[in-house]
Amino acid sequence: MKARVHVTLKYGVLDPQGKAIAGALGSLGFSGVEDVRQGKYLELELAETDADKAREQVKAMCEKLLANTVIENYAIELV
Amino acid sequence: MKAAVVVFPGSNRERDIALALQRASYTRPVYVWHGETELPAGTDLVVLPGGFSHGDYLRCGAMAALSPIMDAVKAHAARGGYVLGVCNGFQILAEARLVPGVLMRNASLRFVCRDVHLKVEATDTAFTGGFKPGQVVRVPVAHAEGNYFTDDETLNRIEGEGQVAFRYCDADGAVTEAASPNGSARNIAGVFNAGRNVLGMMPHPENMTEDVVGGTDGAILFDSLAKALA
Repeated sequence: MKARVHVTLKYGVLDPQGKAIAGALGSLGFSGVEDVRQGKYLELELAETDADKAREQVKAMCEKLLANTVIENYAIELV
Repeated sequence: MKAAVVVFPGSNRERDIALALQRASYTRPVYVWHGETELPAGTDLVVLPGGFSHGDYLRCGAMAALSPIMDAVKAHAARGGYVLGVCNGFQILAEARLVPGVLMRNASLRFVCRDVHLKVEATDTAFTGGFKPGQVVRVPVAHAEGNYFTDDETLNRIEGEGQVAFRYCDADGAVTEAASPNGSARNIAGVFNAGRNVLGMMPHPENMTEDVVGGTDGAILFDSLAKALA
């Protein structure tokens, strides 16, 4: 089973990298980009075959290591 | 003062810190590998040095915060033992939730390596007892992720509880946005935990302890610790 994890900054947390990317897009002529938020995407290959158990495991991984929940949200997708 | 300096894979300022501690306390600190599970008996002070632990992968300090030794460091802090984290050490303390807040990418997106001025905000602690209230000191920074952030409620609380140790300022002591090398919230350069026995700071006092390198302002912190923990 594969887990896809998106880690994104919470709203209200300043994202200087996203701002720089938005600025770069603007200078390349891509107008109309009002905001960019940069995050992380992780793919995990899991031995677990039960979806509920897998989700629980990945949630624990996110809470402990993959995301810093002070500033980041995470979303888990199982495929 | 019995000090232990934790060495993580990728630490690189452990010798600088050890020299600064030895200079202040006339006692050689012990290096402790991050894979150990216990601190040397009788340790007064644990130091997490600067560097790039685990290559700064994922988030700076995130993996080091889960190192085997960190359970012992947390227990040491919980019983009132002293812990100092400098630069990457501060990032590790923040990831381990031993001090409030997080360190984000510098607002400039650049690695900043230069001297900065700091205003000393609290002088009634073991770390800062040798400074004068409001003293302005000069020490270097060298980091790309030193942009201190936490929510306004936490900022108000730590300011109210005297948990702000240092703020970036200009040479005259004015705390201005321009004086900050990284965009930190309220110019915060160093914070204590609630018990003020744990200090995390981005600047490197250990690299300003001899006239030959440009100044000795950083030595005041190590002298303070040596006196308090004698």
